[in-house]
Amino acid sequence: MEEFVIPKQPGSNYLNAEYGLKSWLLTKDHKRIALLYLGAITFFFFIGSLYAMMIRLELLTPQGDLMQSSTYNKTFTQHGIVMVFFFLIPAIPATLGNFLIPMMIGAKDLAFPRINLLSWYIYMAGGIITIYALLAGGVDTGWTFYVPYSTTFSNSYVIATGVGIFINGFSSILTGLNFIVTIHTMRAPGMTWFRMPLFVWSHYATSLIMILGTPVVAITILLVALERLAHIGIFDPAAGGDPVLFQHLFWFYSHPAVYIMVLPAMGVVSELIANFSRKNIFGYKFVAFSSLAIAVLGFLVWGHHLFVASQSVYAGMIFSFLSFTVAIPSAVKVFNWTATLHKASISYDTPMLYGLGFIGLFTIGGLTGMFLATLAVDVHVSDTYFVVAHFHYIMVGGTLLAYLGGLRYWWPKISGRMYPEGWGRFSALVVFVGFNLTFAPQFLLGYMGMPRRYHTYPVELVSWQVLHVLSTAGASILGVGLMIPLIYLVWSMRYGRIAEANPWHLPGLEWQTPSPPPTENFLTTPIVTHEAYEFAPPEHKEVVGKFERQQPAES
Amino acid sequence: MSEHIVQPRIYIMIFLALMLGTGLTVLAAFYDFPGPLNAVVALTIACLKATLVVLYFMHVRYSGRLIWLVIIAAIFWLAIMFAITFSDYWTRNWLPIS
Ligand code: HEM
Ligand SMILES: [Cu+2]
Repeated sequence: MEEFVIPKQPGSNYLNAEYGLKSWLLTKDHKRIALLYLGAITFFFFIGSLYAMMIRLELLTPQGDLMQSSTYNKTFTQHGIVMVFFFLIPAIPATLGNFLIPMMIGAKDLAFPRINLLSWYIYMAGGIITIYALLAGGVDTGWTFYVPYSTTFSNSYVIATGVGIFINGFSSILTGLNFIVTIHTMRAPGMTWFRMPLFVWSHYATSLIMILGTPVVAITILLVALERLAHIGIFDPAAGGDPVLFQHLFWFYSHPAVYIMVLPAMGVVSELIANFSRKNIFGYKFVAFSSLAIAVLGFLVWGHHLFVASQSVYAGMIFSFLSFTVAIPSAVKVFNWTATLHKASISYDTPMLYGLGFIGLFTIGGLTGMFLATLAVDVHVSDTYFVVAHFHYIMVGGTLLAYLGGLRYWWPKISGRMYPEGWGRFSALVVFVGFNLTFAPQFLLGYMGMPRRYHTYPVELVSWQVLHVLSTAGASILGVGLMIPLIYLVWSMRYGRIAEANPWHLPGLEWQTPSPPPTENFLTTPIVTHEAYEFAPPEHKEVVGKFERQQPAES
Repeated sequence: MSEHIVQPRIYIMIFLALMLGTGLTVLAAFYDFPGPLNAVVALTIACLKATLVVLYFMHVRYSGRLIWLVIIAAIFWLAIMFAITFSDYWTRNWLPIS
């Protein structure tokens, strides 16, 4: 990442303020730490994608001709672990969140810059241990580590992987802590709670989940390790324990964790929709509070992962009901975004294409979640490809798209360069088509009975193979769609057009400072006098390039 | 944020109380209380000890309302986890298995 900018003397912005590897590895600047995370997360995404390619290739044919079942078990497990714990959970908060939260609230940095750097080192330590476990022999329990397989029967590197994830958890906790304290104490004069951009609200809610939930998964993994090493009996019925207890503890964290993954994405999308529609978001307070509602309600629904795990029917009914209540705040967001688009002057730049894609795909993912939360339906589709399609619509169609959109949207601020808009739109379209072709067939496969985590299926079922071939073809297109941005973003760091301070002409604080920003973010502490998305009335229109733009309101 | 200085005497007393608790737990392990009481006794002692640690060693007793709010929220979340998990164990046998 260091080669970004060329000036020879130490310059005026955070990228060229200091030089050398040491100035990066010991930096306390939230913007540089965000870039350290960006590099690491891109690396882990690449590893996770390699496993995904292997899965899709294996499923091209009904026979298990690419790998043995034990190898396949490791492949999907490692895909899940790398993607969930090392990509999706930190992706948006640790990169975009880290970079933007101080800028959006008019602060110089996060509240605890050293802890911020520490969180990156902890993430790296957890990551390196996990990579070691994968190289040493891998792990085959599924990313969910279900007992008794993980405690008693698996012969793979369960404990080493567990240690990696355990350590990694602390980096999330520290990030969450840092965000909460920063948002409480470091807002610029005039930046009241209800003037904060919705991106900040959603990160606040995410941070609450990180702090309240992550310790539970850490302890759960520790218990698996103790059970494996010392057989303490907590998950073993023969010793008075209960294997389903593991699932309760695991999902107490891991359902809220799905909101750790999607809430920051919703924050990005709120920014994209409001700013590229040049309108204040419809029902700002509803969108802000729905983030908190999701954070709280998300903790009450974990039992929908245990419907067929011998959980009590009565508990199942309660969890089913509660799962439906979480859909309400999610739907509030979707409806409010849609209402914001109504009669707006929308510009279809690359980030907005991703934002619009998010709305559609997240809606499909969320609605199929409702199918799964319905007790009787879940008995049919549990542990099938239907579930796989459901969560990929949310995690890839939702979080990944929002991440890519956000990266494009703030790229001028981060790198000081513009990305090529034509390639941007083209690749956004390729991603959208590839994604749907990959995962839509999986809904059908699951509904027809294809179980997840199997590497073979009956040869006679030609329709299954057709769907699998479509899915693999889609994955290849998706792969191309993801490679294009990687290439043009790296290209743009050197050759992209120099970005102005406010290339999109927006009122947000992060745009009221040079691109790339100086180390202290703002030359003078901003004083906030207006709402988050305050655009001037239509008579102040100005034509910029092809698009009609509105000037931000005078402050 | 005013720092409260805690007398070493208090730390020593709390430490002794914690050791006493540990002793009691060990002692209680030699008795077989009726019914589920074994766990109840051990957990009660453990909770009391944890409370002492939180109040004194973690200085919560001398801290402001915001810290109290954080602690209470954490305990409330723990309660959610226990309560809903136990709703499963409690009702699991209600439906006769045929
Ligand atoms: C909003 C973000 C969401 C994400 C990221 C997400 C993610 C996931 C994941 C990862 C799984 C599979 C876990 C596994 O077995 O390995 C899953 C399953 C499930 N999801 Fe979602 N989900 C989301 C929203 C919802 C919603 C809104 C509901 C319903 C209210 C829901 C209901 C379910 C149910 C019932 C299952 C279990 C299916 C089964 O295994 O039988 N999800 N989800
Ligand atoms: Cu869930």
